[in-house]
Amino acid sequence: MSNIVDDLYRDYILEHYKRPRNFGELEPHDLEALEHNPLCGDELGVHIRVKDERIEDLRFHGHGCAISQAAASIASEELKGMDLSGVRELGADWVLDLLGIPISATRRKCALLSLKVVRGAVTGDHAWPV
Amino acid sequence: MRPAAELSLGVRADFPIFERARERPLIYLDSSSTAQKPRSVVDAMSTHLLEHNANVHRGVYDLAQEADAAFEDARARIAAFTGAQDLCTVFTKNVTEAINLVAYAWGRAHVGAGDAVLLTQMEHHANIVPWQILCSERGASLRYLEVDERGELSMQALQSELERGDVRILALAHVSNVLGTINPVAEMVSLARAAGALSLIDGAQAVPQMPVDVGALGADFYAWTGHKAVGPTGIGVLHGRSEILQDMEPFLTGGAMIASVDLQRSSWNELPWKFEAGTPPIAEAVGLGAAVDYLARLGMDSVREHELALTAYMLAGLEEVPGLTILGPPDAERRGGLASFTLQGIHPHDVAELASRAGVCIRAGHHCAQPLMRCLGVNATARASVGVYNDSADIDALTASLRGAREVFALDGAAASQGA
Repeated sequence: MSNIVDDLYRDYILEHYKRPRNFGELEPHDLEALEHNPLCGDELGVHIRVKDERIEDLRFHGHGCAISQAAASIASEELKGMDLSGVRELGADWVLDLLGIPISATRRKCALLSLKVVRGAVTGDHAWPV
Repeated sequence: MRPAAELSLGVRADFPIFERARERPLIYLDSSSTAQKPRSVVDAMSTHLLEHNANVHRGVYDLAQEADAAFEDARARIAAFTGAQDLCTVFTKNVTEAINLVAYAWGRAHVGAGDAVLLTQMEHHANIVPWQILCSERGASLRYLEVDERGELSMQALQSELERGDVRILALAHVSNVLGTINPVAEMVSLARAAGALSLIDGAQAVPQMPVDVGALGADFYAWTGHKAVGPTGIGVLHGRSEILQDMEPFLTGGAMIASVDLQRSSWNELPWKFEAGTPPIAEAVGLGAAVDYLARLGMDSVREHELALTAYMLAGLEEVPGLTILGPPDAERRGGLASFTLQGIHPHDVAELASRAGVCIRAGHHCAQPLMRCLGVNATARASVGVYNDSADIDALTASLRGAREVFALDGAAASQGA
């Protein structure tokens, strides 16, 4: 859909940015968290509904750049139905691989923000994923 | 070599960084973050370190006296550059440290329960957080002058705040680092004084780009930083009225700031050294001395004239970009050499990333002014700012890169229809 081919801003990244999946509020929900990217002040929150120790449904809310929004949108599709024990094991590479684009050091936090907030909601660990 | 450009001071050759050979040209539009350095500044620091290096205020040998003379001579030239000869000039690390110095050393003795500190909504975090901590410790109130939709402050609102009679200090930016607004600081300082309040001006964005006469402004404290004024990092300046600094307790303590030290108590050195604990940034002071010499040779009236013309050109160019909204005063005369903007449908980080593909360096984010961002109803902005080395071709490159960003995001009619 784009006229110009760009390494970072691939069509599917822009597609997820413009039409993010699983965005909004989820009521009722069992778990929630809200995180900030200190670099830019962007924020991303998540609502998670849990059934039988699995993510039954989730919604992200907040605002951010194309990379952080696309990462949240793409990750949300994978996270639905995932065991909480599986979520606890997820590291930075999981979301970087899902994104499939070269992420520079300065944009790394943009890419990892959605995983950080989900891990925060599930494990209470608010550290940046490594 | 670039062809002779329009709206140019013709000084780019003084800045070796523009000669570096890279894949992309260097279109540097982030001077509000930090300015590039002329060779004369780097040479002065290098010569000092290679030929005159010794600690200051300590040695009796020739080399130590050379270092002393270089350091104190730089201080005198720096004070003269900003019209602060009649004030005390203290070297700090940066503006942040200068404001902390005043908030701690003056604030803790003069601000108490029932008192107020008055700021504005357009302050940098450096001029917010130290006052928050002071007010919270002392039970004082922290109030803010509002910024109107044109990015300006109301003198009537200032008057009403001061009439409440509890304001001990007014602290504000001379030029906003986000909106570019040039605040009427002389008038504000004079209103504050009439109401019995002191004033502190954050001149970080003002000193590098316009003539500033601190003595004529009348502020009790005026802070600015070296690295935005084509000088080195690691050195800032606090000009203050000597009688106020004299009455203040020290801020950072230890070596150099003392007159004598006993096992249980100490007494303090004279001004300005009372506020310069430890070995100061000596080579940096020499570098900043060379920086103000450089700017003085250009003439700050010429610098302001150049940046005003370039800013007007930039505002006109940005207005032509579809979907672009400029924040701050619409009139270039009312602002410093910077423009913050948003581009509909593209986050500022992505705007900056795509601009960088064309070699255009602009800043994106909250610019250390999150409270202002909330007032403006934005999460982040992109910001382009000019320096003495920029010209109209740089601005053309900026606007072209923004049009390119819209194409990548397929925000133009033809491209968008395919994706629907």
